[in-house]
Amino acid sequence: MAVGRSGFWKRILTVDMPMVLILLFALGPYFWMFVTSVSQESVLFTTGPSLVNATLENYVRLFETIGFADNLIDSFLVASGTVAVGLSLSVTAAYAFSRFDFRAKRLLMTQFLVINMFPLVLLILPLFILMRWLGLLDTHLALIAANSTIAIPFSIWMMVSYINGIPKSLDEAAMTDGCSRLQALRRVILPLCLPGIVATGIYIFITSWNEYLYALTLGGREVRPITVAVQTLIGEYEVQWGLLSAGGIIGAMPAAVLFLLVQKRLISGLTQGAVKG
Amino acid sequence: MRHRFSDKTELHALGRRVLPYAMLSPAVLVTLAIVFFPMLQTTWMSLHEYILFRPNDFHWVGLGNFKAALNDEVFWISFGHTLIWMGITIPAQLLLGLTTALLLNQNFPWRPIARALIIIPWALPSVIIALMWVWIYDSNYGVANEFLLRLGIVQKAVPWLANPDTALASIILTLTWQGFPFFAVMILAGLQSIPHSHYEAASIDGASQLRQFWHITLPGISGVVVTAVLLRLIWVANSFDVIFVMTGGGPGYSTYTLPLYAFIKARTNLDFGYGSAIAVLFTLLLMVFVIFYLRRMRRMI
Repeated sequence: MAVGRSGFWKRILTVDMPMVLILLFALGPYFWMFVTSVSQESVLFTTGPSLVNATLENYVRLFETIGFADNLIDSFLVASGTVAVGLSLSVTAAYAFSRFDFRAKRLLMTQFLVINMFPLVLLILPLFILMRWLGLLDTHLALIAANSTIAIPFSIWMMVSYINGIPKSLDEAAMTDGCSRLQALRRVILPLCLPGIVATGIYIFITSWNEYLYALTLGGREVRPITVAVQTLIGEYEVQWGLLSAGGIIGAMPAAVLFLLVQKRLISGLTQGAVKG
Repeated sequence: MRHRFSDKTELHALGRRVLPYAMLSPAVLVTLAIVFFPMLQTTWMSLHEYILFRPNDFHWVGLGNFKAALNDEVFWISFGHTLIWMGITIPAQLLLGLTTALLLNQNFPWRPIARALIIIPWALPSVIIALMWVWIYDSNYGVANEFLLRLGIVQKAVPWLANPDTALASIILTLTWQGFPFFAVMILAGLQSIPHSHYEAASIDGASQLRQFWHITLPGISGVVVTAVLLRLIWVANSFDVIFVMTGGGPGYSTYTLPLYAFIKARTNLDFGYGSAIAVLFTLLLMVFVIFYLRRMRRMI
């Protein structure tokens, strides 16, 4: 009994307490932003943000005067478009990588890995010129294309690891029953790796939703995702922190919630390679 | 009859050889168009003088832009900051991430909640992270100053981001905050892949906790750690959005890094030739790590 109790206190001291401190560090800034967002603008520079007299004033202003809803729609369209492009192109590619042996396999797989590591700054300048030349600046399409530079290679790698987890014997069985390769892919493989596809899609959605530099460079007046919209709330002379943090809370919400939903599957996909390596 | 049969198998054999390429071609073609073509274009631009508001004045300067960069004081300042920035951010993220992972690997009742919440900083949009920290660091009304003043650590409010001496350090703290959860979840996955029996055997042999950590835990996670460090190095190097939003490189040049410098050259000065040259130089530097990473991944391919 005595041992048990001292063990309990030891655990509190060596595990729970440090964990709480780290969580405070991790969540504190976000919490502070929330507190700021429900404080009146006039209070911020006098007594400071607080939960006393909490108000939704900033949120109302954000939608009524700034038109934040349009920005949310822009972000949503860009992110969903990127998910559609990324997934549709990568499913067949990942299947080919997983199931066939062909001469250029190694080269092509390495290529998709390397793309993921090119500095964004290397691509952003020519993409701007390319989109200007195509007349696509300030359209959703331009942002979808730019985000796909990251989404395609990433989803190919994730999908390969999911499809590798499905035994080859299953598609072979389907093919002996008279399915063609593509039918086997559609009827057997896709349903089985649906959870993986969903997780990959959600991850692409989050990264596109969070993306800022492409949105800033290739977007503009017509198409302005929330990441750019929030930043433009910084005025020349003064910053309306209440308004800005309300925008931040709303802008961060979808990504945070989606991430919590799929984090287990996603992390297992991400770390699978790393743990083996 | 026999003839038709052999035709069919030949067709099959051909199909089998072509099919993988057919299935890959959409993805490959699109990446050629949106990644490789632009990349070549950057290289091409870097060999020219090209200023966006003088579109007709696109002329060949060979390696002129690169020579200019190597003689450019700001280039070397940015280079130095890039080294400091990466050299401190990554180890800090790793240490904090390792500590977090070791804690999360212990048994305590609220572990699932802690594990879910810890990831939050990593999931948030960088701009929002950057703005949030600008507000925290605010010299007059920021909570960081208030906190430190109350504890008596500083005597008067410090303008964290406006002071050249503290700006880079402040940004590094923000980046550490943003990235440590990634290490935590990666390392945690590594920890959980170590078989329990190893620890049991070591306990029976009377090995202390420290020795167990040194001889079982560390070797068990070393693979994940190296991969995570390389990935993170490459990602952190690529992401300059946090710096761009927090200080825009200032005050003066005190938070300039190479990718940011390239971006600002092109965006503000519209000097696409010189900006491209810096981007190419930076990419070449980064390639060292990319090659390391590829060699590790080779085994998987």
